[in-house]
Amino acid sequence: MAKSEKQAYDEFIKGVWRENPVFVQVLGMCPMLAVTNSAINGVAMGMATFFVLMGSSFLVSLLKNLIPKQVRISCFIIIIATFVTVVDYVLLATLPGIHKELGAFIPLIVANCLILGRQEAFASRNTIRMALADALGMAAGFLFALVALGGIREILGEGKLFGISLFGDNFEPWVIMILPPGGFITLGLMLLFFNWLEEKKKKLDAQVAATEGSDL
Amino acid sequence: MGDLGWIFISTLLINNFVLAYFLGLCPFLGVSGKLETSFRLGLATIFVMVITALCAWILNTYILIYAPYLRLISFIVVIASVVQLIEMAIKKLSPALFRALGIFLPLITTNCAILGLAIFATNKGYGLWQGLVYALGAGCGFTLAIVLMAGLREEVEMSNVPTMVKGIAFNLIVSGILSMAFMGFAGLFSAG
Repeated sequence: MAKSEKQAYDEFIKGVWRENPVFVQVLGMCPMLAVTNSAINGVAMGMATFFVLMGSSFLVSLLKNLIPKQVRISCFIIIIATFVTVVDYVLLATLPGIHKELGAFIPLIVANCLILGRQEAFASRNTIRMALADALGMAAGFLFALVALGGIREILGEGKLFGISLFGDNFEPWVIMILPPGGFITLGLMLLFFNWLEEKKKKLDAQVAATEGSDL
Repeated sequence: MGDLGWIFISTLLINNFVLAYFLGLCPFLGVSGKLETSFRLGLATIFVMVITALCAWILNTYILIYAPYLRLISFIVVIASVVQLIEMAIKKLSPALFRALGIFLPLITTNCAILGLAIFATNKGYGLWQGLVYALGAGCGFTLAIVLMAGLREEVEMSNVPTMVKGIAFNLIVSGILSMAFMGFAGLFSAG
């Protein structure tokens, strides 16, 4: 039991950091850039994706022995589309303001390659428990990326975070950041930062290996 | 007629699907390495988009008024199967055209730009002709964006970019600059 506990935890952490869907795998770019002009929209989109990913991973993993191999992709897409329709209607009924902000990008969660990718690569070959751990990790990683990007763009573009003013009246908003070009450039710079971290880590590892080698 | 022309120009330049709505980013970033390939991908996308607009209009007018909650699922299933059928027909009728567009067709069907087109056209309440012109504008806009991007990337191949910046991060920053240039078109009509 303890071992499977650790394994599940491992799958979770993998999604959040080591194989972060946005910064490392570069998946799910369209919804990522389109809705992140504020942190709150990022949270809403992240939660919607979270629900869809958990639901479809659970169902796919449950039905993995019933779905014929040849038509599996179509089956996955229909399962995902069902959950997305549920989210769409629930948001419309409970949070109409958010639903209006996100607009057509809620139905477009279907086309998020992150979700289909997890079904094909993970949920359809693992137990329900592992599939849920993996979905939880990937969704958390996606949420983290959305909120980080949305937060940066909102702070620079409006001087606010979650709608709370940060800098007072003297701040001149950097409007371009909440417009489309700002999305591209901010994400580009964030990826650059992650590349830099990776590079640095590699150098450090090489250094450690070299010093260990000389000690022997 | 002025209305249709306005829809075309606005989707082509001002509300460009890639650079203003962030739709179809995967092929935009993935396939824009070579100018010729990206041009062919663009043509295939225009083709699929026009078919999509037609399918969406038929579904919306005749079927989905009875069951609106099936919209998303039926769009996906119908568009994918119609494109598959047309692909088979082209293979039989015109092998030359199939060689030019063929490999891209199945790839494009589940692209978010295609689904986005169907959903946007529905939300805007476009009729048949408006929808078709909208699709044509969106397809041409996608082609324009991806061809420009491929041209830029071919230039960049020649120059000396630091290895750390190379790849997706660099492409995103270039797209950002391209998107900024397209924002200039926003003033195109408001003055008049």
